[in-house]
Amino acid sequence: MMMIPLNITKTIHDWLYSVMPENAASITEMLLIAIAYLALFAVAGLYLVLLERKVAAWFQLRLGPNRVGPFGLFQTMADALKLLSKELTSTDKTDKFLYNLAPFFVITTSLIALSVFPFSKQFQAFDINIGVFFLIAVSSIGVIGILIGGWSSNNKYAMIGAMRSGVQTISYELSVGLSIITMVLLTGTLQLSEIIEIQRTGGWLIWQGHIPAIIAFMIFMIAGTAETNRAPFDLVEAESELGAGFHTEYSGMKFAYFFLAEFINMFIIASIAVVLFFGGWLSPFGITEGITWFPEVLWFLIKVLIIIFLMMWFRWTFPRLRIDQLLTLEWKYLLPINLVNLVVMAIIIWLNLTF
Amino acid sequence: MKPETINNNFKTEEYFVNMGPQHPAAHGVLRLILTIDGEIIKNVEPDLGYIHRSIEKMCERDSYQQIVHLTDRMDYLSSHINNEAVCLTVEKALEIEVSERVKVIRTIISELTRIASHCLWWGVMGMDVGALTTYFYGFRDREMINDIFEETCGARLTMNYNIPGGLMFDIHPNFVKRTKDFITHFKTKLPEYDRLLTGNVIFQKRTKGVGVLTKEDAISFGTSGPVARGSGFANDVRKRHHYSAYDRVDFKEALFTEGDSFARYQVRIMEMWEAMKIIEQLIDTIPEGDIKTPTNAVIKLPKGEYYQRVETARGELGVYINSTGTKNPYRLKFRSPGFSNLSVLDHITKGAKIGDLVATMASFDFVIPDIDR
Repeated sequence: MMMIPLNITKTIHDWLYSVMPENAASITEMLLIAIAYLALFAVAGLYLVLLERKVAAWFQLRLGPNRVGPFGLFQTMADALKLLSKELTSTDKTDKFLYNLAPFFVITTSLIALSVFPFSKQFQAFDINIGVFFLIAVSSIGVIGILIGGWSSNNKYAMIGAMRSGVQTISYELSVGLSIITMVLLTGTLQLSEIIEIQRTGGWLIWQGHIPAIIAFMIFMIAGTAETNRAPFDLVEAESELGAGFHTEYSGMKFAYFFLAEFINMFIIASIAVVLFFGGWLSPFGITEGITWFPEVLWFLIKVLIIIFLMMWFRWTFPRLRIDQLLTLEWKYLLPINLVNLVVMAIIIWLNLTF
Repeated sequence: MKPETINNNFKTEEYFVNMGPQHPAAHGVLRLILTIDGEIIKNVEPDLGYIHRSIEKMCERDSYQQIVHLTDRMDYLSSHINNEAVCLTVEKALEIEVSERVKVIRTIISELTRIASHCLWWGVMGMDVGALTTYFYGFRDREMINDIFEETCGARLTMNYNIPGGLMFDIHPNFVKRTKDFITHFKTKLPEYDRLLTGNVIFQKRTKGVGVLTKEDAISFGTSGPVARGSGFANDVRKRHHYSAYDRVDFKEALFTEGDSFARYQVRIMEMWEAMKIIEQLIDTIPEGDIKTPTNAVIKLPKGEYYQRVETARGELGVYINSTGTKNPYRLKFRSPGFSNLSVLDHITKGAKIGDLVATMASFDFVIPDIDR
């Protein structure tokens, strides 16, 4: 099944190079891929919102959206349309330039990060040899968007939310980075496609690295949830404390960008977890290894959805931490554990105790 | 802010934030003027008046039967208990003895009201500390009680079931069965509450040691209800100043001594268990008897002052009536539990974080129309 679209991309590629000069063709190709990614992940983000609402409903003895389309499948589409047609309001005395810039900052960085993921063997836009590094770098830009959004909207709640976000994201970035580095130690490469190739022969990395890998995974999940600003770390938009937090003053599509970015970030965190710990698009125990027509992207999606479900599970069952408890957790527990874990991983690799 | 705490070049600036009157954590139109230094609260000043309806003044205009209806709109979550308070005062003044049946039914419905109120509080408490799911669990069980009320008195929230001298009409034939069904159902659900929220590490971290109210302060600020009992101040009106059928039931007064938000939480959870115990003792033996003791169509209280207190879900509600012998009171004053409880807020949240303030407020269970009549 995946072969057909791949043939299409090849056809387009050949046709573009035949009708225009090489440079123009490659630029056009990049643009086409960018547009395809944008469309794909905007829709994916919308369906993640729907999934979240459905999951929340299951947890909360409700039915969830079920009116628009079969099983409410078009609900978030309708919501997006509504947000598109809404007036973009803003308060007086906002810093207009920064206020308008902030949502784009947030959404763009999330979308850029998506480009390096190997969704299947062929389905990868941008296979660079510093993939992991690129991911960490790009995903830390998003917080600037939140900070300037909260600061420029001239609202005290937004300001408190933004400052909380700054503190939180910068702290937890360390844990995310260190747990990723723990795994990189095991693979010896930063290139995401190679990381997956290593897992094809030796088993998933969470199996190869056993105890330190499991610890790294747990820390990654906690820190990743914190970095996406989701409950139990949703202090940024703690509605019982701050109204809506940093995006209080945003309306219409600008709000939708923030909202969508949260879900795409969740997808990114889940994707990193899948690539680094659960073998990316590789099938479990190689059960579809020989089947050439099998869409490997399906395995990737299944794994990502399981991890996203886990994150939603956190969100709908846990209360929220307080800001000082949040920082205590990171600086006094996660970070030291992580550093020790890094050394343990190094020793295990040195002594050749990996599976 | 003392600059020497950090260094002279790094000064922080205090600023004001209005929490409310339209704020998700206030559960009504309570406006808190917060003075904040970063995340740390320097001062909390409650500002009331956004839902003032002059209920006490309106009472001076109305007849005693009409006053009962107004009390629904004070603490709407324990509307039946408010009605009962006014009726008890009027009955006391008229020296009417209501039948045993009325007393027992009033007590059962009061306790059901208490469970319903605490269910809602539990849901909202979870929501305020960030666990949104609790809200729906609390409402699921509260809904069953509301259905029982609807069948018996025709209303779900503002019940108006009491009249001076008894009850408006007899209980619905299904009442006993449905109440028993509810008790069986709720006995399986309360442990679920504990599993979902009480035992949660984050929840305990958010509430233990937060908003500590000492016993001395609890007494001197005049707090009552679960707030006072969470600080070890035993003041349950049901236990100490019997009214209705509370003299014949056996129940424990929920009492915790820590004085923090978690203690207040535990008091309410325990009160739900005790309320079920009270209902179980009474539900099988509702005595036969008249549903109302006849009064004059126009009630005129003898000249004098009358006071009666009851225990609502939030604490001690006192009704003071000063009568000059006419058909309406000369002065009627409600001593509402929420007002005294609110006065503690500034005292115990100073120096805490914004998140602490929200958790403390949730554990106080404010109903703003009760504070601001």
